[in-house]
Amino acid sequence: MLRTEEMLLNIGPHHPSTHGVFRVVLKIDGEIITEAKPVIGYLHRGTEKLAEDLQYTQIIPYTDRMDYVSGMTNNYVLVHAVETMMGIEIPERAEYLRVIAMELNRIASHLVFWGTFLLDFGATTPYLVAFREREVVLNLLNELSGARMTFNYMRVGGVKWDAPPGWIEKVKDFIPYMREALKGYDELGTGNEIFQARMKNVGTYTAEEAINYSLSGPNLRCTGVEWDLRKDEPYSIYDRFDFDVVTETSGDVWARYLVRTREMEQSLRIIEQAIEQMPKDGPIMAKVPKIIKPPKGEAYVRIESPKGEIGCYIYSEGKNKPYRIKFRRPSFYNLQILPKILVGENISNLIPILAGVDIILGEVDG
Amino acid sequence: MDEKKDLEQLKSDSAQKAVSKPTAEEKARAAAEARAKALAAKEAAIAKEKTDEAVEIKNESTTEDGAKTVSSDEKAKAAAEAKAKAAAAAKAKAAAAAKAKAAAAAKAKAAAAAKAKAGAGNAETPAQEEKPSPNQPYLDKYVKVIGEHLGSDVLEDFYINRLSKDVPTLVVKRDQYYRVAEFLKYNEQLGFDYLSELHGTDFVTHMEVYVHLYSYKNRQSVALRVKLDRDEPVIDSLQPLWAGADWPECEAYDLLGIKFENHPNLHRIMLGEDWVGHPLRKDYKPYDVEE
Repeated sequence: MLRTEEMLLNIGPHHPSTHGVFRVVLKIDGEIITEAKPVIGYLHRGTEKLAEDLQYTQIIPYTDRMDYVSGMTNNYVLVHAVETMMGIEIPERAEYLRVIAMELNRIASHLVFWGTFLLDFGATTPYLVAFREREVVLNLLNELSGARMTFNYMRVGGVKWDAPPGWIEKVKDFIPYMREALKGYDELGTGNEIFQARMKNVGTYTAEEAINYSLSGPNLRCTGVEWDLRKDEPYSIYDRFDFDVVTETSGDVWARYLVRTREMEQSLRIIEQAIEQMPKDGPIMAKVPKIIKPPKGEAYVRIESPKGEIGCYIYSEGKNKPYRIKFRRPSFYNLQILPKILVGENISNLIPILAGVDIILGEVDG
Repeated sequence: MDEKKDLEQLKSDSAQKAVSKPTAEEKARAAAEARAKALAAKEAAIAKEKTDEAVEIKNESTTEDGAKTVSSDEKAKAAAEAKAKAAAAAKAKAAAAAKAKAAAAAKAKAAAAAKAKAGAGNAETPAQEEKPSPNQPYLDKYVKVIGEHLGSDVLEDFYINRLSKDVPTLVVKRDQYYRVAEFLKYNEQLGFDYLSELHGTDFVTHMEVYVHLYSYKNRQSVALRVKLDRDEPVIDSLQPLWAGADWPECEAYDLLGIKFENHPNLHRIMLGEDWVGHPLRKDYKPYDVEE
């Protein structure tokens, strides 16, 4: 009989499949994982500490660098928290520009997931295909904000710039283009039987476990919990749009894949309606004081980012800088379940499961 | 339509107490006109034009209000009524096309803006204080249920946090923190099964832990605050109740030095075990070997 013993295996922090600087220490028995210990913090930049010395508008660019593939939603959660405290009414056109920007960004974020997820399974073509479409989105956001990823676009009270001439038409043209592309994605990935067989029943958890582990976003919806902050606690103008909350029930990486892929279609629906309803012109900034001073007190707001529930807590002393600011970063919370779902899995499933959580290390480490 | 009329009658009746009769009627008429117009609108362009008109009407009516010699409190009340009406109108239209929906919401917003204009300066604050929060019944319920089961002395304070979307907030005594949290999770009437957020804050005089919970069953939020001794910040861990509290507690331990008792694996999650000091403390000085 062959002698076997437990082995300690270190993966990362410098490993292309960990999507950044993530390290996991595995105990393996043959090929089966018996214990997994995630090690994070390699990208911790102390955003919250830095923010204590910054004025509110100056904090906005820091939020771009948390979840750096979805800067718009991060921008929004900060300005939304300040606006909630100060009770500022946002001009109509600014609200629509925000929603269009956020939903475009959601598509870009899910495209990164789609491409890298399949890449982790060993398929190189989908990665290139997804990044081709993502490039179109980033170009649109670039025209709007002046940056491809670090947008710094939103401001307390509105947005920094109005859409340049012809931009709305370009977004309009993008919708059918993206719909067509999504069909191609299904042919390339979703419908592939080998791929499906590889994904099903991998990294499964139940709805109760997901809730107990504070999972949110697609990681929660993949277990059948119909919960989307855009629908259930509407912020901005999301109550004006007709869209579906995509859920799956199997709770495995296949379900998470499906939820994210289908969510792109819903984002397109929202953008389509937003363009139709959007006022042709009008102010893009509310009247806000030159120096932004939220009243004394605390506020916690949460919105739906592509990764899940992103929250922002502010304790204000009534000064122009926050006394304490805290970001509830969805990737940080979502990653907690990893040690639990890895136990008992084959080591070859580690990378797909990690990719299925869809983490961004800038956000995990804050 | 009859329902709406009834509602309107009810509203204007109640308004009589606060405002002189003609004003209420005028406003009701104005609102009815605006609604009828918006309903008739079928195309986006037309709808938008009408909205503009409606906004004008609203603005006019509010200005009339301002001209009359009513006390500022009454004015604020009247403005609130107008807003409620606009909101009701918006709701009624929800069934209509998305375009009409957007127009209605726009109107509600315009009304709110007009209200802000009419209520000069700090007139808005008393208006808010007068109107009880929609979450007040929930707060009362939580406090009542907790009082019945755990005794009336487990809470230091409780209030509606107006700044934070009216979230019911409970300030818990330190030694009762775990008991209350456990109760909030397992009590049938409360059932807060989801921990949305946990973090600490250094207030120099004391430390504080802030927890935001959510119940998927009841679709309700609650915020929990607990004050700690700054020199010896120790508190029970919530990890046994919500597995999601694991890493946030590690983060609070790492950056603020709050010790969570009974936490299975409390470690410096961000900075590493050899880091000196806790950066989010207000008196933190970066450690320098050469100094």
